[in-house]
Amino acid sequence: MNRFCALPLCLCVALCAGPALARGNFKRPLQQATRAEAERSNPYEGQPPAARAGQKLYQRECAGCHGSAAQGARRGPALASPALAQAPPGAIFQVLRNGSLRAGMPSFSHLPEAQRWQIVAYLKSLR
Amino acid sequence: MNATQGALGNSPEVWPRTCVLYRRIALLFALAWAALAAESPFFITYTHQMEEPGNLEIAIRNATAKPAAGGRFYGVTTELEYGATAWWTTEFYLDGAAVRNDSMLFTGYRWENRFRMLPREHWINPVLYLEFENVNGADKSLLEVVGHDGVEDLAGANDIERREKKRELEAKLILSSNVRGWTISENFIAEKNVRHEPFEFGYAVGVARPLALAARGERCNICPENFQAGVELYGGLGTYNAFGLRQTSHYVAPSLAWTGTQGVTLKVSPGFGLNDQSAGFVLRFGVSYEISQFDRLWRKR
Repeated sequence: MNRFCALPLCLCVALCAGPALARGNFKRPLQQATRAEAERSNPYEGQPPAARAGQKLYQRECAGCHGSAAQGARRGPALASPALAQAPPGAIFQVLRNGSLRAGMPSFSHLPEAQRWQIVAYLKSLR
Repeated sequence: MNATQGALGNSPEVWPRTCVLYRRIALLFALAWAALAAESPFFITYTHQMEEPGNLEIAIRNATAKPAAGGRFYGVTTELEYGATAWWTTEFYLDGAAVRNDSMLFTGYRWENRFRMLPREHWINPVLYLEFENVNGADKSLLEVVGHDGVEDLAGANDIERREKKRELEAKLILSSNVRGWTISENFIAEKNVRHEPFEFGYAVGVARPLALAARGERCNICPENFQAGVELYGGLGTYNAFGLRQTSHYVAPSLAWTGTQGVTLKVSPGFGLNDQSAGFVLRFGVSYEISQFDRLWRKR
């Protein structure tokens, strides 16, 4: 094989494999969590300072796609929604951890767990 | 000689021109719409953190050292990183190098792609990295160390070194984990010059952690959660024909990153050579700026 074909070939394989693997993530993001994951409680629940910290983190990490008031934007759905208000905190936490590659949301696992729970606290405080 | 790779000036002109370049970049930053994202403090080691889709990160990474057999060099890399999808990040680099009492020149370009291989988060998260680079021998960006790369590669005169063309394909397997606030990442590197040269191998390992795991409620610049500290270990592993640690160079580099509320991340990393093949001390520093939903800016037109 011509060695100059190697990179384009590898790129094609990766471009095909990526969506194929992402397609395995077929459930809606909030339904991805197992029962045990969904039942995890937020250690910052009911703590207004944590929700304020979560708001700050939300503006940093999430507002670009979901809008500065969580109203939704072209790339991300509204997070100030009844579906999210009713969702278990553990399920929201898992979406932050895993992302939803099929839906275009990357993983935010690089954030420490405490910061992800603070974001969950903020999202649950939205009405 | 390639005209674009010619010397741009002698040493008295090099540093003022660099200042003008930085002023222009600062202006670009001032006009852009910022996004803030926690940045890893690593310069060499990649993690499985991907760029958010539609975001563009502009970064400048610099490396400077003084090899015993040559003049102090200053390698600068301008990096444009774009999140194509949630599982695919693509980056384009422009490299340059300046050597004190010698010249400053453009040394080439790189195009890299990273593909996240698994849809969910696991203990270890693999990412495939593929890169094509077209640089010359005067390149001193030190974005990776492979094969028998050593301090003598950094000491040559630009006029001579730039005659060597390096058109290389590089693949990395990135294995990365996030455990209790710690980021742990291992990179295995295989590089092949498209001419008849053997595969070269290298590695990079990094560990990092934010100074605080929980964020404060108030808006602040000098908060511990805005800082990440880490350490990297990287080096060469020889070639296909001579695999191993013999005549390879290795570095250990503590690193610190700070992300401010205005979207700018500053990083610094003093690196220390671990053997005679390595440069004794390499200082790296960089600045990056992320433009949120960059694709929206040009789709409006």
